[in-house]
Amino acid sequence: MDTKKEIVQKLQQDILLWQGFKPKSACKTERIGLGEIEDSFPGGAFPKKAIHEFITVFPEQSAASDGFIAGLLSALMENGAACIWISTSRRLFPASLGLFNVEPERIIFMDVESEKDVLWIAEEALKCEGLAAVVAELNNISLIESRRLQLAVETSGVTGFILRKDENKKTSTVATARWKISPLPSDTEDGMPGLGFPRWQVELLKVRNGNPGNFVVEWAGDKFEEIKRMETHTIWSDQEGRQIG
Amino acid sequence: MQKRFVSIWFRQLLADWQVIRRPELAEVPFVFAAPDHGSMMITAVSPFASNFGVETGMRAADAKAICPGLEVLDDKPGRPRNLLGGLGEWCVRYSPIVAIDEFGMDGLLLDVSGCAHLWGGEREYIKEIVSRLKGKGYTVRLAIADTPGTAWAVSHYGKITPLIPSGEEVNAILNLVPDALRLEESVLAKLRKLGFYQIKNFIRMPRSVLRRRFGEDFLLRLAQAVGTEAEILTPLQVPVIFSERLACLEPIKTKVGIEIAITKMLENLCRRMQVEGKGLRSGTLTGYRIDGKIVQVMIGTSGATHSVSHLLKLFELKIDQIRPGLGIELFVLDAPKVDDVEIPQEQMWTSTPGLDDKSVMRLLDRVAGKVGLQVINRFLPATRYWPERAVLRASSVNEKPMSTWRVDRPRPTELLQKPAPIEVMALIPDHPPKFFIYKGVRHLVAKADGPERIEREWWLDQGEHRDYYQVEDEQGGRYWLFRSGHYGGEEKYQWFIHGFFA
Repeated sequence: MDTKKEIVQKLQQDILLWQGFKPKSACKTERIGLGEIEDSFPGGAFPKKAIHEFITVFPEQSAASDGFIAGLLSALMENGAACIWISTSRRLFPASLGLFNVEPERIIFMDVESEKDVLWIAEEALKCEGLAAVVAELNNISLIESRRLQLAVETSGVTGFILRKDENKKTSTVATARWKISPLPSDTEDGMPGLGFPRWQVELLKVRNGNPGNFVVEWAGDKFEEIKRMETHTIWSDQEGRQIG
Repeated sequence: MQKRFVSIWFRQLLADWQVIRRPELAEVPFVFAAPDHGSMMITAVSPFASNFGVETGMRAADAKAICPGLEVLDDKPGRPRNLLGGLGEWCVRYSPIVAIDEFGMDGLLLDVSGCAHLWGGEREYIKEIVSRLKGKGYTVRLAIADTPGTAWAVSHYGKITPLIPSGEEVNAILNLVPDALRLEESVLAKLRKLGFYQIKNFIRMPRSVLRRRFGEDFLLRLAQAVGTEAEILTPLQVPVIFSERLACLEPIKTKVGIEIAITKMLENLCRRMQVEGKGLRSGTLTGYRIDGKIVQVMIGTSGATHSVSHLLKLFELKIDQIRPGLGIELFVLDAPKVDDVEIPQEQMWTSTPGLDDKSVMRLLDRVAGKVGLQVINRFLPATRYWPERAVLRASSVNEKPMSTWRVDRPRPTELLQKPAPIEVMALIPDHPPKFFIYKGVRHLVAKADGPERIEREWWLDQGEHRDYYQVEDEQGGRYWLFRSGHYGGEEKYQWFIHGFFA
């Protein structure tokens, strides 16, 4: 039986290799501090050479996704690399990024007018090896376009984030992971008044070669911290029929 | 190398020009006149009219009285400059640096250092210019000297020879009248009153004495003539040092053809720039079409570079804008702006990447070329509390922040461009609201922080202060609300939502 298990494991490794995943031997060093969430990914570490797709419906969710991405950026930009944030209607407030350990002056914002330009810049930026990450706020992206971005990422090793603000236009993409971040009520120590650390419900809707999951994390000042004792909330998903705007 | 300058004086610029345009005027006395203080004053006189004693500065009516049959033509301001501009561009064949004589507005100054030998010596050079201009119909006087000042003086007032050998400036101007120094009329009157009729009368006087009597400008003009002070000419056409031309045997009209042409020119240009340690900052590609039209595209880089592949990529983005029409027969690639290339020391280990990483710079160049420079933003902290003005747009990629980003006050991850009005219910004045309605949705406030009062910058705009509250509703959405103005103040207060926290 033992040999059979080994064969299966070997085959799985091979499939991963063919699909563009390099085997990771030293998982712990490659981790970026997302705790248990990273175990959902193949190899047990957050894939940096990949496209991550974030789905948002409400402005609260898009703010939460911005915060979550900013937290990831703080780890990705640790070596001093720059980041590019492309959008057609940017609401991100640069002065707030300091709370997530990101130096806003190392982010170049490209505020363009059309989604076509967003796509063009995103592809060019993802090919640029000097960058740590590229964030693109996009609503429409087709399978072919997403595949082009994925190919760019595979050669350069830049992490790509796609923030989709319109969930109605559901299209399948080749993104490695599809996330949904929703805010959760924060918790203060000993019931002190006021707001606590930002707390989110992190839904991993789709992971290529990994296991989707549902987690609760908190940005504890300078790192992500997992919250175990919370019961899962689904309130934001329940609301999806509600009228906005 | 010893600098040499030529001064060309057009003795009757406007009159000659008019005769060239209307040859029938050669035998007719005519003047140019312009209105001044209600009467027509003569501004230029033809040689035929000056025989009758007509001079510039006379009234046109007086001139008509002494010279019957005088034709008075209207003068337009700025005409001499236009004429000289055209003549100066024609003169570029003799020297790349041609400037208009700004003092008299009736001549040109040429920097001819290293040009005269191409015509077989200075004498032949001058003869060539004089005969060519005479052939066109202009009466000119020329002089060549080491300084523009001496060349000007000799061309206007010299009587012996127009060729002033190197180092003979002082001797050449000794016997000339002080007018030859390009001085103001008031200074000249003073000189004449004191009996200084020739430059040699005062040239040996102590500088301090001359300065006290005639001012600093007088000394400057004297120094420019003898060569102790350099005079800088403003050329009509700034010569482009880095420029490549490619003439094609067959007119080119395909994209591939244009690409090959650009590559060839870039290779030559970049090799030359590399040798001199320069890099391109802006480039212009001009295509001369066979139907006489000119097509032009421009590129710019954020840092000096002489990399062929990068520059080619920037031009490739623009090729679609080139309309070849029936075909392009001549390509000219200019680099009007070049900078020194910083060659970083080869690093032993790979450096930490950052904003000044070469690949990032190239990406920004491409985006600026395709979408426009205005879309690229970078923000630096501003030392201001008012949220709309808390960030400052950086002017360049390398600009360093003057202050640190503040993290002691909560700021929303997403800030609305314009605060949106909301309806609230607050139990106690100056407390956070109990609930608020934004876009028709009722949010019950569960937790709140604040207020943080931010005063308006009264030196910039008028209005109420804002009391900001950070609130969290029952579902966990976090918002930044503020009340504009005091409760129950004289002005009406209003609640707004200004942002979303992560």
